[in-house]
Amino acid sequence: MKNLSALFIGLLFGLGLVVSGMINPAKVLSFLDIFGAWDASLAFVMGGAVVVTFFGYRWIGRAGKPWFDIKFRFPTTTYIDNKLIIGAVLFGIGWGLVGLCPGPALAAFTVEPWALLVFLAGIAGGMILTNMFNTKQSL
Amino acid sequence: MHEYVLALIGGLMIGTAAVLLMAANGQIMGVSGIVKRLLPPVATDWHWRALFVLGVVLSPLIASIFTGELPVVTITNNPFVLLIAGLIVGVGTVMGNGCTSGHGVCGLPRLSIRSMVATGTFMLSAAITVFLVRHL
Repeated sequence: MKNLSALFIGLLFGLGLVVSGMINPAKVLSFLDIFGAWDASLAFVMGGAVVVTFFGYRWIGRAGKPWFDIKFRFPTTTYIDNKLIIGAVLFGIGWGLVGLCPGPALAAFTVEPWALLVFLAGIAGGMILTNMFNTKQSL
Repeated sequence: MHEYVLALIGGLMIGTAAVLLMAANGQIMGVSGIVKRLLPPVATDWHWRALFVLGVVLSPLIASIFTGELPVVTITNNPFVLLIAGLIVGVGTVMGNGCTSGHGVCGLPRLSIRSMVATGTFMLSAAITVFLVRHL
């Protein structure tokens, strides 16, 4: 059930990206272009999602455990360090260069397979390299 | 339908997905984290992660059954830009522990200061990047 629910939820998330227009890099870049011909519509995507999650997470909090698992895994890290800031700055640069963050990049794959293959290969490579570096540091 | 209405409906769907993933599986819906743990060193609970990714990948095809056409995806065809930007996104999301879905959709409603700082930072960084590319 855990796997089946993940497939259904991934599909719902992806359809949300399609319906909202987040899947289209040109639209995302117009949203990020606040000093140009700003397309503010995508602010409603984050706004709508955050409101649902805000109330939804509180509703879930009343249950003792998830439907198909043993516990809720809410993040517990609270500190702010240079790694968080530098990571966010880098992610923003990559997002601003192409107009796709990881979720929409997965969703756009079947529509523009060649471009997304290169972009996703870059993401995978960057993640593996950073993982290797992190493991080395913690040894 | 007006694009603002579609954006809101899409946002409500994304939020619902985030709530369901916590309610059903007890997991934060952070795409970069989900993808990261599918790559070496692969997490032991990779099955649900792979199926989540499969669901996202299949979504435009499912949408096209209802609309009769694939969604519009207008993207650069410069492989160099795609690869470098991808690399930066990969490094940045692992260093910063999350992307738009994890820090934005899931972190902001939890009132996590960490996610607020991360979201503010990557939104600003992305806007500055677009400004530099388009207007300078």
